[in-house]
Amino acid sequence: MADERPIRVLIAKPGLDGHDRGAKVVARALRDAGMEVIYTGIRQTPQMIAEAALQEDVQVVGLSILSGAHLELFPRVVEELKSRGVDDVLLFAGGIIPKDDITAIEAMGFKGVFGPGTDTNDIISFVKSNAPQRV
Amino acid sequence: MSNSKQDWLDGTWAKATGRNPQRRPRFESSSGAEVDPIYGPEDLAEWNYHEKLGYPGEFPFTRGVQPTMYRGRLWTMRQYAGFADAEESNRRYKFLLAQGQTGLSVAFDLPTQIGYDSDSPEAEGEVGKVGVAISSLADMETLTDGIPLEKITTSMTINATAPILLALYVAAAKKQGADLAKIGGTIQNDILKEYIARGTYIFPPRPSLRLITDVFAWCKDSLPEWNTISISGYHMREAGCTAAQELAFTFADAIEYVDAALNAGLQFDEFGGRLAFFWACHSNFLEEIAKFRASRRIWAKIATERYGSKDPRAQMLRFHTQTGGATLTAQQPLNNIIRTTLQAMSAVLGGTQSLHTNSYDEALALPTEKSVEVALRTQQIIGYESGAADVIDPLAGSYYIEALTDRVEAEAWAYLSRIEDLGGALQGIEQGFQQREIQESAFRLQRMAETKERIVVGVNDYVTEEEIDPDLMRVDTALGKRRQQSLADLRAKRDNQAVQAALKKIRAAAGTNENMMPLLIEAVEAYTTVGEICGVLREEWGEYREVMTI
Repeated sequence: MADERPIRVLIAKPGLDGHDRGAKVVARALRDAGMEVIYTGIRQTPQMIAEAALQEDVQVVGLSILSGAHLELFPRVVEELKSRGVDDVLLFAGGIIPKDDITAIEAMGFKGVFGPGTDTNDIISFVKSNAPQRV
Repeated sequence: MSNSKQDWLDGTWAKATGRNPQRRPRFESSSGAEVDPIYGPEDLAEWNYHEKLGYPGEFPFTRGVQPTMYRGRLWTMRQYAGFADAEESNRRYKFLLAQGQTGLSVAFDLPTQIGYDSDSPEAEGEVGKVGVAISSLADMETLTDGIPLEKITTSMTINATAPILLALYVAAAKKQGADLAKIGGTIQNDILKEYIARGTYIFPPRPSLRLITDVFAWCKDSLPEWNTISISGYHMREAGCTAAQELAFTFADAIEYVDAALNAGLQFDEFGGRLAFFWACHSNFLEEIAKFRASRRIWAKIATERYGSKDPRAQMLRFHTQTGGATLTAQQPLNNIIRTTLQAMSAVLGGTQSLHTNSYDEALALPTEKSVEVALRTQQIIGYESGAADVIDPLAGSYYIEALTDRVEAEAWAYLSRIEDLGGALQGIEQGFQQREIQESAFRLQRMAETKERIVVGVNDYVTEEEIDPDLMRVDTALGKRRQQSLADLRAKRDNQAVQAALKKIRAAAGTNENMMPLLIEAVEAYTTVGEICGVLREEWGEYREVMTI
């Protein structure tokens, strides 16, 4: 029988930028779609994000960043997650991210990168079809 | 023939829409209020010209704050710029000045805004990314090198660390031999909207408000031409709020600052003339013009009715405008030139004192030199070719514009009184009121785009397959390492005893009412860094924690 518990998602803002409009809109849209969403607030270090993902036992982690520091900060988040044994979560990202960087971000293990203008329904169906099953 | 608006609506209009319905069932303002198909004299039945508008340069300043407006001189063309290190940014400023820009506007990187030096662990990955990294007087000297600070005005988007960056600017000006009485410019210095929307806060509200009033008091005597604060609606609008909320939330913040200054013993008319405002200009062309006009009338009333101002200079709302960053699209980026042009035109028709036009590639990255040039040329074309700047407040008297100005004003007053009922801006922030209101509006806008009630050209309609990004600006990734080295050199060669002595004084003053500005100037003149000063103040005052609203 399929697991019918709601998908648990962490929406996090690494780095120092305070642009949280997108993160909050996505958090709200995923929640309205029936998921359990934890939003970290702004200015989270990679350690704080990984710790929250572990403690909250999420299946999905979405990172939002608009400062341009994604190539520096995303690998550190991935590393901190791995060091805590959190290696089975679905990772996705959003913000001001040039297309040229998407390949590099995908190589870090992110399955989706969503830029400005994304329809939240696309993010909802992305999460629903890619979130790992609970064990 | 119809004899009145109602007559026409019931007759000619009803018949026409019965045959061919409107393309949408309802047309709305940004706050969701219904907009009529037409406006006429009935909409201004109680309207009194002298009470509502008056004349330019005269109360209630609806038509503009200067008697001559753009006939005297055009608005200040001020492009917000800064990236990488002081040397690169100094080169961009000289480029912009050579292209005819008339004032500087400095963007600082996030570590500088949040009080971390470039070599601090918190700064990793963020150095020089969204603005220029400034850690010490050495950086400020480089940033302003070859730019005569007595002749050019500089606006600095800096908040939590505003007094320190102002101290650095003053120290650099003194080194140039400038007369401080002639130094003009603006610091944003608006912490409340950082708690609400922008996020570069450091300290809790009480010490933050104390730093702001210290700046008011110090500048009044020592830097008389400086705008001590730029009370900003821009970032709240960018975070998603409506035009009326933008005004109301900003004036609520303004009231909080004025009250803090009055409590610190200042008189309104002593500092009121140095308060400046900062509005966004979004895409609803006519509503934005109405918003700018309404903002002047509201502030004139607050100044006189609430604070008993007698000095017209303290009643005039002077403002900077930036076109709406959140209206830019990553798709079909050249369309952003048109969006920006329309928004800039609104700001000019609304009587802005200075203007930043966004570059077309800013939904993708920091702007390139080429895109910034187009943005600046947009302003020059409006100023010199369009004729829009030749007559003061040219849309006054339009039935719709006046009715809309009245309505935006009324909506803003209604919000303002809700915030007053909560106990003022700060109480509202602590309860998450403004934050939640902004989130709600942002979510509504997002939904409207997803259901196509709101068409965004190139995003949810008229979509084309696009290949690659245009050439984007990239900040050199080796910059962080270079900055670490230069700070290590600075710390090795400066007089560290003088630095420690200055920091000790700052620590001692943190718990008193002593004005911090002279101490900050003394500290930065000894090459104490922004991060060192903030480190001491963090220990003394603690840090603000975000109110979670979702």
